[in-house]
Formats: sequence, C-alpha cells, structure tokens
Amino acid sequence: MNNEWPLWEIFIRGQHGLSHRHVGSLHAPDAEMAIKNARDVYTRRNEGVSIWAVEANNITASSPSDKGPLYEPSESKVYRHPTFFDIPDEVGAM
Amino acid sequence: MYAQMVQSEATKDDPEKLAAFQARIDRDEKIEPKDWMPEGYRKTLIRQIGQHAHSEIVGQLPEGNWITRAPTLERKAILLAKVQDEAGHGLYLYCATETLGVSRDELTEMLLDGRMKYSSIFNYPTLNWADIGAVGWLVDGAAIINQVPLQRTSFGPYSRAMIRVCKEESFHARQGFDAIRKMAEGTPEQKKMAQNAVDRLWFPALMMFGPSDKDSTHSAQSMAWKIKMNTNDELRQKFVDQTVPQIEFLGLDLPDDGIKWNEERGHYDYSDPDWSEFFDVIKGNGPCNVDRLAARNKAWKDGAWVRDGLLAHARKKAAAKVAAE
Amino acid sequence: MSAATSNEAFTQFLLRMGDNTLILGHRVSEWCGHSPVLEEDIALANTALDLIGQTQMWLGLAGEIEGKGQTADNLAFLRDVWDFRNLLLVEMPNGDFGQTLMRQFLFDAWHSIQLGRLMSSSDERVAAIAEKTSKEVAYHLERSADTVVGLGDGTEESHARMQDALDYLWPYVGEMFQSDAVDAEMVAKGIAPDPASLREEYDALVGRILATATLTIPDTAFGHKGGRTGAMHTEHLGHLLTQMQWLQRAYPGSEW
Repeated sequence: MNNEWPLWEIFIRGQHGLSHRHVGSLHAPDAEMAIKNARDVYTRRNEGVSIWAVEANNITASSPSDKGPLYEPSESKVYRHPTFFDIPDEVGAM
Repeated sequence: MYAQMVQSEATKDDPEKLAAFQARIDRDEKIEPKDWMPEGYRKTLIRQIGQHAHSEIVGQLPEGNWITRAPTLERKAILLAKVQDEAGHGLYLYCATETLGVSRDELTEMLLDGRMKYSSIFNYPTLNWADIGAVGWLVDGAAIINQVPLQRTSFGPYSRAMIRVCKEESFHARQGFDAIRKMAEGTPEQKKMAQNAVDRLWFPALMMFGPSDKDSTHSAQSMAWKIKMNTNDELRQKFVDQTVPQIEFLGLDLPDDGIKWNEERGHYDYSDPDWSEFFDVIKGNGPCNVDRLAARNKAWKDGAWVRDGLLAHARKKAAAKVAAE
Repeated sequence: MSAATSNEAFTQFLLRMGDNTLILGHRVSEWCGHSPVLEEDIALANTALDLIGQTQMWLGLAGEIEGKGQTADNLAFLRDVWDFRNLLLVEMPNGDFGQTLMRQFLFDAWHSIQLGRLMSSSDERVAAIAEKTSKEVAYHLERSADTVVGLGDGTEESHARMQDALDYLWPYVGEMFQSDAVDAEMVAKGIAPDPASLREEYDALVGRILATATLTIPDTAFGHKGGRTGAMHTEHLGHLLTQMQWLQRAYPGSEW
C-alpha cells in the first residue's frame, strides 16, 4: 500500500474579508492534521484568519480542452462589464 | 540557482503542437499542469524544480548546524525562523513538482539515493558563527538574484512558488547581512570570523550560478521555454556587482585579488572559481556531501514509523466513521 | 517579609517559568532539519520559536525583578547548571520523535493549566505574559495531544514506541506539582497558584488523552526531583549548556 500522506489543497481567507484563496498544497494524514499543518506552513506571517483544506483527489478541475466552451461564451457578454455602458460625464461617479 | 546544470530533455513531439506550445510561451502565457506540454519540458521541469526543492531541504543542514549555538535568544529565533522558511520553500517547490505527476516521496527517494542533485553550495561546512551571516547574505543573496527572474517563468505552479519564496527570501539576506555586520564591526576575533567566512564562502557562492556560459551547453532550450531566464554568467556578474560594494562597506578585505572595477564594461572583473573543485563537489566529493546525504537519509528512515503511525491512525478514524454511518 | 526576600522568591519563580521554556525550546530546536516529514519540521520549529519568545519575556522580567541589571540573554547564556530552575522533564534528551512529542505533551498539559491560572495573577506583568503565551500554548497542546493520540493508536510499532516514551518520562511528571517556600510565598502574594493545586486538572486531561491514545500510565507514584529547585539536575543539562552557551563563554563581552 502506498504510505505517502495524501495531498491537500489549502485555501486561506486573509484579514481583509475577501474570499478564501488558494495558497498552495501540503501533505497530511487526514483533514484535521491538514488544517493544523496549513496553520504552521501557510500562516507563519499572519497571513490568514480562516483555513479550508480539500483533499486534492476531491477537486474536479475543468480540462484544458473545455477552455473554449467554458469561457468563451462569457467573452461575448460584454454588457457584463461596466465599461460597456457609456455614462455621460455630468452624471458623475457611478 | 539552487538548480545547477539541469540538462534540458530532448523532445520528440508533434512539430505542430510544439510550435503552438512555443507560441504560447512567447506570448508569456503561463503553462498550467493540465495543459498539453512537451515531454521534454515536463521532464526538465521535474529535474529543475525538484533539484531546487532538494536544495532548500539539504540547505537546512549547514545553517541548522548553528541553531543550538546561536549566541543570543534573538539570533537563535531569527536563525530558526530562517531555517524553517527553507523547509517551507522546499515544501512549496515539492508541491509545484508534484503537479507534474511525480510524488514527493518519489522525489525524496531520488535525492536520498543520489539520482537527483542539490546545489553544490550546501556541501560546504559552516565553521564559525559568521558563516551564518555569510550564508544568509551571500548564499541567499545569490539565490535571490536567480529567483527574482524565475517569478516570470512559464510554468504556473513554479512561478507562483517563486513569488511566495521571493517574498520571504529578502528577510533571509537582510538578517544575514545584519549578523555579519555585527561581527565585522565587533571585536578583533569577531572580525576575524567574518573575514574567514567571506574568504571561504566567496568562490562556492560564485559556483552556485553554474559553469561558465561557454561550458554550459544545455541552456538554449530551457531559455526558449522560459524555465531559465538568464545565462549563468549574466547572473554571476550581477551578484559580483551587487556584493563587492557590500564587502567594502563591511570593511572586510575582498576575497579575490582579481576583483577590479572595469570602467569600460561597467562591471567588476573577478577571478573564475576553480571549476575542477566544482565538478568534484557535484560528483559527491565536496567536504560535506557524505554527511549531508547521511543526515537526510537518517531523518527519512527514522521518521518512517511516525509517518506510517499517523497515517494508520487516520485510516482507523476514517473507517470508524464509515462504520458509524 | 522584607522586600528583598520577596523579590528573591519572585525571581526564582520567574526563572522557573523562563528556564522551562528556554530549555525545552532549545531541545525542540534540535529537530530543525531532521524531522520525519516536512510539515512536522515546520510545526516543531513554530513551537520552538514560541518557546524562545516566551523565554525572552519570563527571563526579561526575572532580570528586572532581580534588579541586578541582568538581561534575558545574560541569564540564559551565563548561568551554570546549578542556577537553572527548569523541570527535569524538559532537559531530557529528544530521543526519537515519539519521545520528543510525549515530553512536549506532558509539559504542554501542565503549561496550559499553569498559564490559565497565571492569567489572574496579582502581578499584572505576570498576568500579561500569561495572557499572551496561553494562546500559543493552547495550540502546542492541541498539536502534541493529537500527535500522541495518532501515534499511540497508530501502528503496532508506533504504539510500542509511545508506550516506551511514556514509561521513560512519567517519573519526571511529579516534579511539576511539588511545592517549596518559593511557591508558598507566590501563593501568599497571589502571584501564582500552589503547584499541587494543578494536579487534579492535569491528571484528568492527561488521563483522557493517554486513554484515547490507548496508552497506559505507569503504575508508580515515584517522581524524580531537583530541577525546579536546582538541587540536582540530570547530566543532560550540562551538555546542553556547553552548546548553547559556547559563543558567549568563549568570547565574553562581545555583541552579537
């Protein structure tokens, strides 16, 4: 049996109230230890206030060949971007 | 340049795919683990990032050698934090390598049985307390010169690891300079230690950048792939230009009579390191090669029961949880 | 009691706190670069770093109370074995990783309870240090307890090694709860609790964790002593000091 500790992906939410962000990975025997290891490895400089650990095996990733179908449709939805709309200067900041 | 003499793998892929891949790199797109990549690119990266990771881990040893002898509580804490960072850097880099389809345990085995290398610099001993300053200042200083451009390397996980490493690394060089400065400005004995450290570590530090460009035949492909960003000599020159004024600032003698400002080139001239010594170290005949590998092997072997024990417990817990459901 | 005597007892108490963290921090730092796995190497270094930081606070205050101009560094690097006031437990050698973590757990359990009590010390400097360090120590305890459980209830080999470690270290636990005149004065001044008063909570905590770890507490009431009074340390401490103090001893009066 392979006795290497599983790989975990670590997500940390920093002080600023932003979403959890992927910071890297590490090995741990289980989820609880993954969280503890993440605290020791990835918050040595006070980087975070909340940690998520996800076993790498459990992450489903889009495959590169999907890149077109997944992302290109949104490229045509230019109206989603605020710069699409021409707002007269006299209206002020918006 | 904890990665020295990494040979680029020849690649035998479909020329059309290769051209498209190269075009992506030329457009400064990042290559991500699931993207198509030439087999040679993958293999070269495993070797390079793996070697870089190994260097961080073996690099803990020469400095770790002084943690228990640090002269003040503050110096002890700083040194320990620094050596701990190196373990962290090794960890980030192993993770980056793992995205290429090789496990950390496999990489570790390859380090331990000598199939993979680590930087030559860590086969030199740390003999007095000023060495700790010199290692931080010169060795980490040299590493930073190499790693800063690598933040722009083409492989996404490598680039991200380098960004994280660089953020932490400037603390290392600064603490080193601060430590050796205290020595250089201290008692005559302390100054002697500082001079001794610089004299002994100068040429090994220059060797970190790898052999001279004229003897380094493998870099063209790696440069095209943007996994090597500058030539060895370019980086070495940059290091010399940056460091010589710092040695003078410390009031220490230059460790090489050949160091002279060259007005025409706008750079310092310097003597070549003894490359035969470099190749001896690479072959395993440096002053500490045997001890370093023995220490890593011992840690790995002695730790097996711990890794197995904690994993066995985790599996028991998981099984009990399933049974309860 | 005169102010001088009372400062003497207070200083002794602070040395006991600071020498524990100094010596244990030193021991744990010996692992750096040699741990069984990278994540543990990094975690152990964090523990050692916390302990070194705590040492600076306790010994700093000890020097201040003593009033002879001693800095934390002077106290750490220029005293001899008989002046050290740490528990014998923390000077015991690292042994294997299991022994190191068992020592850590046995100490963390006491340390966390002690700091909890010190947070309501009548001396606000002591209370402030306890407040700050108790958060660090709560994490040390969580981690060392988890590891003791994981290894105790892991493989046959890891179980056997952890039981050996416990058998070896248990006779050093009793010293934590012994009292002397220094303690009596600390209790009278409301600065620190009576060591014996921590025993019940300690036994409950340690008993629970060791049971989960499937380990058996040795059936002996015997306890070594002599560390916290300085009367008789183990032979190990002298060797530790020869390393730790070497530079300061060989090059006296230098700045580092």
